[in-house]
Amino acid sequence: MNNILIVARKEIQEGLRNRWVLATTLLLAALALTLSFLGSAPTGNVGVNQLDVVIVSLSSLTIFLVPLIALLLAHDAIVGEIERGTMLLLISYPIGRRQIIFGKFLGHLAILAFATLFGYGTAAAALALTGTEIGLASWWAFLAMITSSILLGMVFIAIGYVTSALSSERSTAGGIAIGVWLFFVLIYDMALLGVLVAAEGRPLPSGLLDILLVLNPTDAYRLLNLGSGEAGALSGLGGIAGHTGLNGPMLVAALVAWIAAPLTLALRIFSRREL
Amino acid sequence: MTAPTVTLSSVAKRYGRIEAVKDVSFELEQGQTVALVGHNGAGKTTLIKLMLGLIRPTQGTVQVLGKDPARGDFAVRQRLGYLPESVSFHMALTGRETLAFYARLKRVDVSDMAGLFERVGLAPAAADRPVRTYSKGMRQRLGLAQALLGAPRVLLLDEPTSGLDPALRRNFYELVSGLRSAGTTILLSSHALTELEDRTDRVIIVNEGVTIADGTLEKLRGIARLPTRISVTLADGAGITAPSGGQVAWKAVRDRTFEAEVAPENKISILRDVTTDPAAVAALHVVEPTLDELYAHFLGGRGMMR
Ligand SMILES: Nc1ncnc2c1ncn2[C@@H]1O[C@H](COP(=O)(O)OP(=O)(O)O)[C@@H](O)[C@H]1O
Ligand SMILES: [Mg+2]
Repeated sequence: MNNILIVARKEIQEGLRNRWVLATTLLLAALALTLSFLGSAPTGNVGVNQLDVVIVSLSSLTIFLVPLIALLLAHDAIVGEIERGTMLLLISYPIGRRQIIFGKFLGHLAILAFATLFGYGTAAAALALTGTEIGLASWWAFLAMITSSILLGMVFIAIGYVTSALSSERSTAGGIAIGVWLFFVLIYDMALLGVLVAAEGRPLPSGLLDILLVLNPTDAYRLLNLGSGEAGALSGLGGIAGHTGLNGPMLVAALVAWIAAPLTLALRIFSRREL
Repeated sequence: MTAPTVTLSSVAKRYGRIEAVKDVSFELEQGQTVALVGHNGAGKTTLIKLMLGLIRPTQGTVQVLGKDPARGDFAVRQRLGYLPESVSFHMALTGRETLAFYARLKRVDVSDMAGLFERVGLAPAAADRPVRTYSKGMRQRLGLAQALLGAPRVLLLDEPTSGLDPALRRNFYELVSGLRSAGTTILLSSHALTELEDRTDRVIIVNEGVTIADGTLEKLRGIARLPTRISVTLADGAGITAPSGGQVAWKAVRDRTFEAEVAPENKISILRDVTTDPAAVAALHVVEPTLDELYAHFLGGRGMMR
């Protein structure tokens, strides 16, 4: 346990030193502030809770940006250390490979959680400071959105470790990571849309749609945040949500499975790797 | 106390089709300083990785401090120090942060670090700079500092002096001699015997994954029976013929200067013969076989001696 914390601490230290933490927090904050103030202009004061609008726009931002940040952080974690030669020394120490992976995961999670919480938090804080009335329910929804964004980030950190453990060169890992990002964020949904169009309005068997939605973690995230309540009405995703039998806990479980499976796989591959 | 700290028995390691190590056996005793010498690609790094348990032998067994290192026993790893070949660190961290990270992993008190920096010759100001700004020598010193954490009983140093300037190299060997008296088993690898400057108790020469010589430098010199080169310049008054000296084949190299290669056991008697009349000799040089020649001898006639 102690070793995990030691490695996590070192990852955070490095993240602070090479400005990863600063850059991602500022990026997320800048985009969140832009979106929340641009987004509030057209809706004006038509009675919709301002923070709910922000939740919708930030969730859409998360789907693109958080997986990308997570993959950028993670794809280097194993192959990068092997290539630079630091892994050889590390594994000669009294530390297990599982502890190395978990420690890195904890450190990267902390960096991502910090950036998300403070980046997105500034948007909410700015709204509150400019005198917008925000109901308690909206605050909870906002917190849930941040938490699920961090969960989505964890999914892609874990996937990034798999690419990192598999690759023999950093550039390969980077290439695979970008492919993974394109696939889940763009290609998968386009293909899914194609299927829905081809079905010509006939509903897919609901079991099939459920499976297709949880097979992509970004879709599970999308449905979790945009599929219900105020946000559902705002995003127009409420329609799809009505057709699926998926509820919040099931979607969270899907995300957790999407964290556990790649992490286990990465650990397996790394444990067998000789260097 | 007397059990060997490292034992390799008929160890072989194969990477796919490459046989990096083929049948190597040796034991390292407590407090011994041993040099593992061989060309690039001879299998030195592979042997060290086997001793660390970073890779598993395809054949044979490795024991370090009584355990199989590949099992990753934390208690054993805590007593091992390792300096990898061309060591590298996390560039963004300072030397002090780097050493603190490794100290925590080895459960060594972080407050002992100042003394360690002093021992390896890293100034406090340098220790607080990012490793990115370090020269090769400073990185090597930091590498040695982390290897020394927690007073290891076995130190495995992979090409620790290659790329260091001579002053730094000397400094390095002084540090190593200090450890020897503390009972630490030290194995250091090198691709050149000359770099060792007669500092080790024992030399193991490997080539293409096979041990071709193992013993003290003195013993290896004895086995190799390399000739000593004696060069004599005669004084003006003396005759211009070769010095007397029985069965020695003297060769004239310059005016009045003669050279001969003599077997080790004849060396003393020939020197006595040559110097019977001190007035006749203007200059006398005795050149012992160099470590390079010794090395070349074993690599040339491999398999001659185990
Ligand atoms: N991971 C590896 N995969 C394949 N071949 C390797 C690997 N490591 C070393 N070798 C090969 O094993 C041989 C011995 O290498 P090494 O132990 O590094 O030699 P040295 O340290 O004496 O220079 C070389 O031919 C090298 O190419
Ligand atoms: Mg080597």
